[in-house]
Amino acid sequence: MADNRAPTSEAPNESVPLWQDEFSVSQSGERYVNRRQLAKFLTLTSLGMFAGNVWIVVRSWLHKTPVYASSVVARVGEIPVGGVKLFQYPRPGEQCIMVRTAEETYVAYSQKCTHLSCAVFYSRQENRIECPCHQGYFSVHDGSVLQGPPTRPLPHVVLRRDGDRLVAIGMEPEV
Amino acid sequence: MAGQYPDPQRNRGLTAIDAVIGLLVVLLVMQIWLLSATLDTYLAGHAEAALPAAAVSGLLCLACVALYRFVRRIDRNVRSGR
Repeated sequence: MADNRAPTSEAPNESVPLWQDEFSVSQSGERYVNRRQLAKFLTLTSLGMFAGNVWIVVRSWLHKTPVYASSVVARVGEIPVGGVKLFQYPRPGEQCIMVRTAEETYVAYSQKCTHLSCAVFYSRQENRIECPCHQGYFSVHDGSVLQGPPTRPLPHVVLRRDGDRLVAIGMEPEV
Repeated sequence: MAGQYPDPQRNRGLTAIDAVIGLLVVLLVMQIWLLSATLDTYLAGHAEAALPAAAVSGLLCLACVALYRFVRRIDRNVRSGR
């Protein structure tokens, strides 16, 4: 930069016109400055990307396996085949959806769509879980993505049958 | 753009810097893809890819820093007339 500056930038000089003092980088030098600044910006952005990757590593190291409390979420036979029950698990406010897909089969998933967190619902006609916001469809059997913008399956609530009670004992993957 | 200058030394400098900026953009696009893929995998419950992805991202970042230092060196040489 110093090479491109007018000789009077340090102190006022009567011999140099004001415009030259204000615009002290020559036009040809400006092209270099612009390219150098762009290269600097790209390098700093690259550092930011690296920091993002490091953040994911640190987060995965610090993340401890959560301990899920057991919670009775329904009674056997409480919902009909093809019926749905909503419940909150593992914490209050975290809505989940349980579907009875067959006489002895119950499945439960987080109700938050993995795309933009809209509440999903069970479509009995199509036998799938649907997100009304962007038409993301999930398999009712394993929560995998059938179509639409979501790229990750719905978190699955692990259920255990305890007598006539259905008990939620965990989430897969952990949330 | 580079042809506007009668000074061949300056032209060469500008061409080299343009090429380096092109390379920087390519490396940055790779890093952006790497970060988004790693984040998606991590959120899906698979953290195994995080460390290799961070290592590769670090190498790409080092390459960017080296290219930036190269740009500065060309800039300095051209402006000092070497």
